[in-house]
Amino acid sequence: MQTKEVTEEKKHHQFLTENTDFEVRSLDAVCYNESELKHPWWFNLKYLAAGVFFGIILIKSEVISWFRIQEMFRLQSFHMFGVIGSAVAVGMLSVFLIKKYKAKTIYGEPVEFVNKKFNKGNIYGGLLFGFGWAITGACPGPLFAQIGTGALVITVTLLSAIAGTWVYGKFRDWLPH
Amino acid sequence: MIEWLSKPWPWYIAGPLIGLMVPALLLLGNKTFGISSSLRHICAACLPAKIPFFKYDWKKEIWNLFFVAGIVFGAVMVTLFFQNPEPVQVNAKLVTELQEYGIYNYNGLVPSELFNWNSLLSAKGLIMIVGGGFLVGFGTRYGGGCTSGHAIMGLSNLQLPSLIATISFMAGGFLVANFILPLILKL
Repeated sequence: MQTKEVTEEKKHHQFLTENTDFEVRSLDAVCYNESELKHPWWFNLKYLAAGVFFGIILIKSEVISWFRIQEMFRLQSFHMFGVIGSAVAVGMLSVFLIKKYKAKTIYGEPVEFVNKKFNKGNIYGGLLFGFGWAITGACPGPLFAQIGTGALVITVTLLSAIAGTWVYGKFRDWLPH
Repeated sequence: MIEWLSKPWPWYIAGPLIGLMVPALLLLGNKTFGISSSLRHICAACLPAKIPFFKYDWKKEIWNLFFVAGIVFGAVMVTLFFQNPEPVQVNAKLVTELQEYGIYNYNGLVPSELFNWNSLLSAKGLIMIVGGGFLVGFGTRYGGGCTSGHAIMGLSNLQLPSLIATISFMAGGFLVANFILPLILKL
């Protein structure tokens, strides 16, 4: 039993590393964890539910308020730092526990973590994103939430953000990384 | 219950709940928390244009699009059923500063004086709505992630690149909010 599990884990890891998309995507924070299981599309509804939950928190905590973001960047309120700080603390503890107890997903697959590699884009891109965050008061998640609250003009901001991503993809090879 | 739900939630409730998204997504199916990649998947799905960066099987990442659709639904639900009737309470210094730029309406998540359809016709509106959005999309992808992917997921997994990215975007935000945005708002 034990050895069978080990070989399965090895096989799974091999599957992850040999994945052809992996090289292309490894520079990014995109999800590289892939399940070998083939599920019908409606299995994704659980992520819809998770998104609903996340959207509700984003609004109720006001972290997607343009005003709150201005306060944060002017160091006029602890609120945003409290939210991000406690979120990171809970996230760290969870990851620690998942690793320590080798927790499996609800489908019994081992939880995989892939380390991020540093590249200069983390600095340049990070700075540019910070500029945009201060102006729009939104990172990508909040853009979706702001639209949901009826601020429909934010769809223009979202389309512009999609255009920004596209332009990055187009000129990626010319940018320092 | 409805009354409590309608009030803004304090940081010590909201923060830990956001942190729980990390194990929730990992345990639901090995997904790493991150939102900005959804923008890339939308590009890959709609306009890949033979760009290598967008040539991958985006359908494998479709969970991410379900997740952001959920964010929209969640926001609609809050707005319909338990919206905070009070304007957002912010530091008095900020209120005074924003008055100078003609911002008085604190009812929405974004100031309606700045973010409306008519302002798209002004230089200020164009810079903020179109320019700001572009920077968010370009910057997050160049930086490899956003607040969720780097600051929350990346730091939770003790990733140094994520710490560097987080410091960079916080620094970028400080710079613009304090020194550049006032100039834009004066336009």
